[in-house]
Formats: sequence, structure tokens, C-alpha cells
Amino acid sequence: MVVAPRMDPEIDTNIDRDDGLAAVRHIAESVPDPELVVVTVGDLGIIRDLRRDGASVEIDVTPTYSACPATLAIELAIETAVAAAGYEARVRRVLAPAWTTDWITPAGRAKLKDAGIAPPLRRAGSEVDDDAYFARPQVACPRCDSLDTTELSAFGATACKAQYRCLSCREPFDYFKCL
Amino acid sequence: MAGRDDLLALLLRIGDDHLILGHRLSEWCGHAPMLEEDLALPNMALDLIGTARMCYGYAAEIEGDGRSEDDYAFLRDGTDFRHILMVERPNGDFAFTILRQFLFAAYMHPVWDGLTGSTDARLADHAGKAVKEMAYHVRHSGEWVIRLGDGTEESARRMMAALDELAPYIGEMFESDETAQRLVTAGLLADPDAVRATFDGTVSRTFAMAKLPSLDVTAGISGGRTGRHGEVLGHLLAEMQFMQRAYPGQTW
Repeated sequence: MVVAPRMDPEIDTNIDRDDGLAAVRHIAESVPDPELVVVTVGDLGIIRDLRRDGASVEIDVTPTYSACPATLAIELAIETAVAAAGYEARVRRVLAPAWTTDWITPAGRAKLKDAGIAPPLRRAGSEVDDDAYFARPQVACPRCDSLDTTELSAFGATACKAQYRCLSCREPFDYFKCL
Repeated sequence: MAGRDDLLALLLRIGDDHLILGHRLSEWCGHAPMLEEDLALPNMALDLIGTARMCYGYAAEIEGDGRSEDDYAFLRDGTDFRHILMVERPNGDFAFTILRQFLFAAYMHPVWDGLTGSTDARLADHAGKAVKEMAYHVRHSGEWVIRLGDGTEESARRMMAALDELAPYIGEMFESDETAQRLVTAGLLADPDAVRATFDGTVSRTFAMAKLPSLDVTAGISGGRTGRHGEVLGHLLAEMQFMQRAYPGQTW
């Protein structure tokens, strides 16, 4: 399995301290997702804003799913990474606007595909009604790009994924559900 | 005007509905009829428990008496719970569990949809997430209602038996009282008629595909919103609350 290189938060510690906010953003966005380590929280688009709050920086982070068990782990990982670089930072959990998979960056989508996870289809502008009974989005196989795929399970190993199988190359794969 | 007590009452109603049904769903973990459902039922339970946590955490902030979300879940007695009776019913067979899930999701989806416009910002923010999760629950459970209702003789018989057993509990979803009326007037809670209309539409569309008879909701068994529960709740709480009751303050 091809796994995209993982950004290491340690490498960002030499960034010019004069540009604190940008540096903190870079460090925070480089933290890998604890359950999907091939992507960073920056790739997922869950860091919504940063601002100075006296001597420290406040980082707005939005959860993916309301009960995603990784939410707290992600928040702690961000605070730890930023603190390790010598900055004082506090994560603020923001719920609105609700996270959508449309916020996953192009780089994040490419990393998911390289790891064998079909990236979510675009919700915005989609004509497909995902909520209709027995209608399923046409998901491309992340390995052979065939569109001849079928859903195996509406739920998968994490709240954000469903399980599919490619009928061309016969490989099963995870699909990052469109939210 | 809806006051602090009304908002607290609403948070406990929604929170308890989600916690108790989430706990019932979690009982299937390791016992579902197929692997895909062994993933699906606990995943849906996780969504429900996530909503319960939001409600209890918010209630704890409002009450400000030092209690945490865990206290609401693990240290209240049966008569303090405010969920509708349907969600505490024992799981029965898969047909019963999935039909109950469908009815609950078909009811909560328009409730959350309405709450996205709530005058309470916390509820409105959470509703933006919950409405998407409920749509997925409606689709997943609704497809099973159709498969079983329009399946084999045995599956159709089980789905009909589940409907007979659940029917008396549906009316309680739409009961109103002075608290609910004040919440609606204050713009905290959606118009119950609109919720009912959406629920009816979802159910009739699904039941037609499932070859189930049309639903006739009449006044049935109720009392959950005032803390009058069935004996089964005591058994549920005995298991769910055991650790905190036996080892108060235990953490991990």
C-alpha cells in the first residue's frame, strides 16, 4: 500500500517567531489525524481560524462528526504540537458552520486516494440525492479508477467511512463518506 | 416566555431520548445478524450518544452546580429521565430494532432540521451536524424496513409484528405540553405540525415501498416526558450505571 509522507510537526520549530500566527497555523495544520494518519488536520479543513488572545493564540477547530472519538485527541495533539514549538495556544471547539467533506483540501484528497481510501464526492453542486433509498453515489475505485464499484457496508471502521468493493479489480476499499 | 427551566427540560428530553436509544443500540454490538449491521448499529449509537453529551454538557453549564455530563447519564434515577417510552423498549429482534430506529430517525430528522433555526445558538449549531447524521440513519434503517417488509414471508411477518408492538408508542413523540408550547413560541423548538407532516411523509413513502399498511397514529402509551417509565428502564440503568454506582467517581 502506498502511503503518502506524513508531515512531522517537529520540523516546523525553526520558523521565524516574528510571524507567530502563520507559524502556529503551519504547526497546527501539520498535525496528523490520529485515526487517518495519512492526512493532517489541515488537509481535513477542520482548523477554521486563529487569533491572538493576549500572549497566546486561540485556534478554532471544528469536529468532523458530533461523536467522533478522535475529536479530543485531535484537540490535544494540536495544543501539544504548538506548545512543543514554544507557543502558547488554546483550542476552541466550534460547531458552526458544520464541517463538510467539501472542506478537505485537494492535497488531502490526493493523500486519501494514495492510501487506498476513495475521497468523498463533492456535496456542493451535486445533483445526486445521497439520502434517497437504494441510491448510491458513483464512487471511483482508488486503485484502478473504475466506476464499477458497489457498497459493501454503509458503515465502516470509523464514523466517516463506508466500505466498498471494486467490481473491476475486485479490491475492497474504504470510501470517505460525503458529509 | 420560555425560561431557563424550559431550556433545561428540552435538553433533558432530547439528551435522554438519544442516550437511552444509543444504549439500546450498543447492546447489539457483537450480536447483530451480520457483520455490516454489527458496524452500523454501534456507529449509529455513537452519533446518538454524541448528541446526548452535547445536551448534558450544556445542561450542566446552565445549572452550574458542579455536575458534569457524566452525572446526568450515570447518577440520575429512572424517574429523573425524560425520554419517550419507545426508546427504552427492549431490542427484541432485528426487525423491531430497525423499525424503532427508523421511526425515531424519521421523527428527529425534521426536529433537528427545525432546530437549525433555533433562537438558541448552541442548539442551532449542533443541529447543523445532527441533521446530517439523522438523514443517514433514516436512509439506512428505512432501507432495512423496505427489505424486510417486502422480503420473505418470515421477514414480513417479523416486520408486521414489530409494527404492531411499536405502534402504541408513536403518539408520544408528538405529544405537547406547556413547556413544549413555550419553547415553540420562543423560537427554540420547531413547529410540531411541520415535524409531524415531514414524519408522516417519510413514513408513508417508506411503508408503501415496504408493503406495510399505512400508519395510523392514535393516542397510546405515554408518560416518559414526566418520568413515568417502564420496569425495563430499571434493568437498563442497572447495567448502564453499574460502574459509577459501584465505584463512585471512578475514572480511567
